[in-house]
Amino acid sequence: MNARDTVLARLRAALAGAPPTVPVPPGEHRRQGDLPPGHPELVDLLEHRLTDYRAEVHRVAEAAVADTIAGILTAAGAAAVVVPPGLPTEWRPGPVEVVVDDDLPADRLAGLDGVVTAAAVAVAETGTIVLDAAADQGRRVISLLPDLHVCVVRPDQVVATVPEAVARLTPGRPLTWISGPSATSDIELNRVEGVHGPRRLHVVLTDG
Amino acid sequence: MRRTFLGMPATAPRGVGHLRGDESFPAAARKALGDAQLRRNLRHATTTIRAKSGAVIGEVPDWQELRAAGRAIKSDTMARLPELLEQLEAAVTGAGGTVHWATDAVQANRIVTDLVRAAGADRVMKVKSMATQEIGLNEALEAAGIEPVETDLAELIVQLGRDKPSHILVPAIHRNRAEIREIFLREMPDVDAALTDEPAALAAAARRHLRRTFLSTKVAVSGANFAVAETGALAVVESEGNGRMCLTLPETLITVMGVEKVIPTWDDLGVFLQLLPRASTGERMNPYTSMWTGVTPGDGPQQVHLVLLDNGRSAVLADAVGRQALHCIRCSACLNVCPVYERTGGHAYGSVYPGPIGAVLSPQLTGVADNASLPYASSLCGACYDACPVMINIPELLVHLRSQAPHPRSEAIAMAAAAYTMDHPRLYAVAQRAAGLGRVAGPALPPPLNGWTASRDLPAAPPQTFRQWWSENRSES
Amino acid sequence: MRIALFVTCLADTLFPEAAKATVRLLERLGHQVVFPEDQTCCGQMHVNTGYPDEALRLVRRHARVFAPYDVVVAPSGSCVGSVRHQHAMVARRAGDERLASRAEEVAGRTYELSELLVDVLGVTDVGAYYPHRVTYHPTCHSLRMIRVGDKPLRLLREVRGLDLVELPQAEQCCGFGGTFAVKNADTSTAMLADKMRNVLATRADVCTAGDASCLMHIGGGLSRLRAGVRTVHLAEILAATENTETAGERDRLGVRP
Ligand code: SF4
Repeated sequence: MNARDTVLARLRAALAGAPPTVPVPPGEHRRQGDLPPGHPELVDLLEHRLTDYRAEVHRVAEAAVADTIAGILTAAGAAAVVVPPGLPTEWRPGPVEVVVDDDLPADRLAGLDGVVTAAAVAVAETGTIVLDAAADQGRRVISLLPDLHVCVVRPDQVVATVPEAVARLTPGRPLTWISGPSATSDIELNRVEGVHGPRRLHVVLTDG
Repeated sequence: MRRTFLGMPATAPRGVGHLRGDESFPAAARKALGDAQLRRNLRHATTTIRAKSGAVIGEVPDWQELRAAGRAIKSDTMARLPELLEQLEAAVTGAGGTVHWATDAVQANRIVTDLVRAAGADRVMKVKSMATQEIGLNEALEAAGIEPVETDLAELIVQLGRDKPSHILVPAIHRNRAEIREIFLREMPDVDAALTDEPAALAAAARRHLRRTFLSTKVAVSGANFAVAETGALAVVESEGNGRMCLTLPETLITVMGVEKVIPTWDDLGVFLQLLPRASTGERMNPYTSMWTGVTPGDGPQQVHLVLLDNGRSAVLADAVGRQALHCIRCSACLNVCPVYERTGGHAYGSVYPGPIGAVLSPQLTGVADNASLPYASSLCGACYDACPVMINIPELLVHLRSQAPHPRSEAIAMAAAAYTMDHPRLYAVAQRAAGLGRVAGPALPPPLNGWTASRDLPAAPPQTFRQWWSENRSES
Repeated sequence: MRIALFVTCLADTLFPEAAKATVRLLERLGHQVVFPEDQTCCGQMHVNTGYPDEALRLVRRHARVFAPYDVVVAPSGSCVGSVRHQHAMVARRAGDERLASRAEEVAGRTYELSELLVDVLGVTDVGAYYPHRVTYHPTCHSLRMIRVGDKPLRLLREVRGLDLVELPQAEQCCGFGGTFAVKNADTSTAMLADKMRNVLATRADVCTAGDASCLMHIGGGLSRLRAGVRTVHLAEILAATENTETAGERDRLGVRP
């Protein structure tokens, strides 16, 4: 027998005589929150949760996104940022150098000051944004190596609960769930921000 | 015996990996209890995490329903484990990944070593993973001339300190910030001598230390928190971003996963991604969770391997009561609430799996005889059961495993005699009075019971037993 | 109501005052207490030490002895926990399904003292008088195995003269755990030390609980410290009245450490 057959045979032998499978009862846990996606109170909650875990949140009109991003980058002293190829052109910040990702090597990305992406979905209750590598979010690596991540989230992307986010996401895509900047609890079990991922996370919440 | 039959459930082999300690729990615990600094560090850390976890769990209106759902999904998983693994294999393979099967630690180590060699690498970067610690992968890689680099901050602290992990989630929980600073100053060649013991400064030092490794290492090894049978997605839950680095930057990614980590459906993630962070780090959500399914062209590693590991799990599955230990999602909540763990720390448990879950999982993976003192390393206080996000009844398991442990002969004789006496009320009444008289000798018990009276006094014997009083004062007959 | 007393082997042998107090208390409340004399031990020690096969005969005895009674009470959360959560398991393990269901029936009619008083008899003021500063340790099995919740505290709050003080980190185990205290004596002692520190911090005269076993453990430690704090079973406090307190029975009532 090869290893595969051995392992499977062992597991089958272990279950021999076990009662037949009973389907899992659906359970009483919440599949969705009380508020529908995009509800203003959910957006408020998302802001609160993000801020609680040291992300910086900017609530702006859709038309002001580019200026807001420019302001964030300038204030952070970021001279050059990477953006995914599908980032809406109207979001591109004017005053800083914008490098569109074109399979840039990791060394080059690590040398850039920031990254601007969109998001796939955001979870209000947990303060989480999820990237799914769509064209406006790009390859996973671009939001990883630069030290500053600016992420733009529209209200219709904001859901209340984790199960709603899971249901919206496409299995099979590479996903990155982000809840605040990189952090560790490894020193005396206190959360401190800033290890290997971006040490600063700015979330721009638009109004539409 | 069992091991000689291919295809029958088997325990993890001896001589490889880290499931067996060098000494019994009481002996190891005695040393740990003498270390006042260790006990202060543990108390501080477990108290902090209990408070944080309690607060964020309190925010979830359906926490108990989620726990019940977690338990239901896991028991369904175990009942269908072979089919789900086949489904997972098909999904991962269909997405461009390669699936390997390992009956035990030796095979798993060989598979990984061969894959690293085939990739032409002499160094791998690692995301913290219990499975690879369990099988002793680092030692196996080193023996093959391959350097493993731990990238998780706590694992780095442990590796640089030439130490052993003592907690599932926070392997360096036994170290405080001052000790960590000393280790960094001693072991990091390029560290700033003015490094303070501020956690943020220590984290920044680790960032600088590992950056080059992340950018230049061609192979990474990870574990997996979840694997979705339905879609082939693997998930790693982490905080620092070292996981993202390892899962994104290298050309080759090798994931070693215990077979029990599979979950049936994509939707099941919605349950476990709520349970795990709140129960483990006490956060609403951990900073980063990565999910990948086989190979994504142009994004991340283009060689993706998954090693499915048995190493004793089939033996655990074979025990209808013990099987629930396989439901564990390694959140470590049971460690953080355990009064025994809080005082002894993780090293006393001998295995990579410490605390209450270790006390029930390690003996099952190795066979109870090889970890016979662990099922007794608990006062059965039940705090672990209440804390467990997937409702594993650890006290029930402890008691169950005690019945399988080899018993000292003298104890077995005494227990059988006591049961016989207690099943004969007359004999029992005589023995009761003798028990009272016996203690005229003084407020201490003879060996082996003197462990108890070493630090406590026995109560004075009452002038009469209750049943004597009853027959004199109440009995009509 | 006719109530059968499941005395528990520990109270019978070493802490008869707790058992007598249970009898007096229930009689004072107008109930009839009976003591089935063929009872011995519930077998918890055997089960928890890894001897369920030896415990089987004790489970069978227990189920047989208590089968005729509608209500059974024990002054112990731990032993009630054993009856509720272990007896049927021991029987099933031995393949005796009939015994398992008998044991489950008995378990369904078996109550810990505070449960009996609050849930079955519907009283919280039992007419007790106990003029002492008291702190309450919720034992692990009362708290987490049979979940008596705040019932003991509700009973204690109604006791006249009693000054109830909260125990810091009350829910932490005292370190007894039956054979745990013997097999892991060092760890048990470390846990006990913290429990005693918390008890002493309350500056109570009396530490009470619903389990004689844990009280024996805590009391044994306090006695070694000569700390001047007594351990007294909950039943004894609830049984105390102006008469017992003034008739010089005070000392006799204490579970002397
Ligand atoms: S047994 Fe439960 S509480 Fe302990 S680590 Fe596993 S999932 Fe967490």
